[in-house]
Amino acid sequence: MRWLRKNLIPIIGLLVLVYLFVPIAVVAILSFNKPDGKFNISWNQFSLDAWQNICGVPGVCGSFVTSIQIGLIATLVGTIFGTMIAFALVRYRFRGRSTTNLLIFLPMATPEVVLGSSLLALFLNLAFPLGFWTVTIAHIMFIISFVVVTVKARLQGMDPRLEEAARDLYADPTATFRYVTFPLVLPGILGAALLGFSLSFDDYIISAFNAGTLVTFPIYIWGAAQRGIPVQVNALATLVFVIALVTVVSVQIIGARRRRKMESAVGS
Amino acid sequence: MPALAPSAGGSAGVVVSGAAAQRRPRTAYLLLIPGIAWLTIFFVVPLISLFFTSLQAPTGKSGVYQPAFEVSNYLVAIQEYWPTFVKSFIYSGIATVLALVIAYPLAYFIAFRAGKWRALLLVLVVAPFFASFLLRTYAWRTILADEGFITSFFNALHLLPENRILNTPIAVVLGLTYNFLPFMILPLYAALERIDPRLIEAAGDLYASPFTGFRKVIWPLSLPGVVAGTLLTFIPASGDYINATLLGAPSDRMVGNAIQTNFLQFRDYPIASALSFILMAIILTVVFVYIRRAGTEDLV
Repeated sequence: MRWLRKNLIPIIGLLVLVYLFVPIAVVAILSFNKPDGKFNISWNQFSLDAWQNICGVPGVCGSFVTSIQIGLIATLVGTIFGTMIAFALVRYRFRGRSTTNLLIFLPMATPEVVLGSSLLALFLNLAFPLGFWTVTIAHIMFIISFVVVTVKARLQGMDPRLEEAARDLYADPTATFRYVTFPLVLPGILGAALLGFSLSFDDYIISAFNAGTLVTFPIYIWGAAQRGIPVQVNALATLVFVIALVTVVSVQIIGARRRRKMESAVGS
Repeated sequence: MPALAPSAGGSAGVVVSGAAAQRRPRTAYLLLIPGIAWLTIFFVVPLISLFFTSLQAPTGKSGVYQPAFEVSNYLVAIQEYWPTFVKSFIYSGIATVLALVIAYPLAYFIAFRAGKWRALLLVLVVAPFFASFLLRTYAWRTILADEGFITSFFNALHLLPENRILNTPIAVVLGLTYNFLPFMILPLYAALERIDPRLIEAAGDLYASPFTGFRKVIWPLSLPGVVAGTLLTFIPASGDYINATLLGAPSDRMVGNAIQTNFLQFRDYPIASALSFILMAIILTVVFVYIRRAGTEDLV
């Protein structure tokens, strides 16, 4: 009983983590399934068919590539714009700061249906053709806010003495930025970009409003849900999940090692 | 990942160092222009456009509307959909409370007890974002299936009014809770992480029971995280229509469904726009009242 009381919080915490991963495990397990009928919902028989023939169903890989293209463009543009805003907010005093903050906050406080439908209202009123670029435009819009918030946190957490030290050592502003500020902020920017990409890649609601006849990966899944999601979709999603997780965890481990090395170097 | 971390703490840490502050603001404006222009053109202008659309009148041709000042669109929208609004806010409200209760122990554990595992655990909290939202939601159809283990278990206890979970409001609320849980955990963690663990010891030294210590010390100090987390969960949950569509019965449809079908299927743009605007107005009101009462004004 005492043991339970002492370890109650870790146990609950662990259970919550398990809860977070149960549906993902279901998605992964069902990628090895040979469904009985159209709907890949319950376990029937082990099979590697989907993995061996991952593009075997028409439209799956096409929509997957479309989502990656949109994700890459939107992430690149959104990360650059967002990082610039973050620098301006943390490093400069200027008029209109609170308006800027509000403009960054509001898209995050707006439900996706409203973001999606309002952009559609604009595109309809302008008679702008819906498709690849309207979706990309929408994704850049919602990525910016998340990048600003992430990079801003990193900039604020930075020790200002590092830049002062660079200036004391006669580094001009460009050199200070190039050799001190930017490398220190880079992990934050990369984290923001990763977040932006996963938001874009996974977005259904805003995309659905502005896609017209374009089919992104989530739009494909949504359409397929009515008539049975092909097993290949589970395989692709599992693949993306594993690659992303391995990448992030290894970046973390490398970062931790570098930090330890630097700390021991400073300590000695 | 620190993505949502700052939402909890506010801008107390803004450092505008002496040299930087002296720099002329012109550079600042140059840095701001592209991003702010983008947000203005593709966020602010669309909202204005949405507002005008919500006042448009039919032309007689399906899907084509003309500029007007048809305020009655709002009355029609409210009259027809107010039960949907009420239902949406009940579902998302319950989901938010559930998420808070579930997320708090994990955030607490990561902040105070995780030690060197902290960074890894934070990665695991955001990891679900790397797996498709739609597929994860759809996976609940397997987990909560009528013949499945969970449904049978609760049925054996006679706890389910409809003898099933799937295609009932319970499934919708569970789906909402699950999907937005990371948005609750991260700000909670960010707020808890700032608390000096010695405060807990001090409370203990002053003969506070663990519960009193939590109630009087930890909970008040974690409030910024609670505010940020509940908002980041409540807002997307109240506008969501994926969970209601994939997990609920047609009678469990939420406002998001109403907006989506009016926009994309009925092509009744004015009513759909009015619905969006009402939803947005209610949410903003809730946000401001809530922030005011909780006493934290800087969420970004």
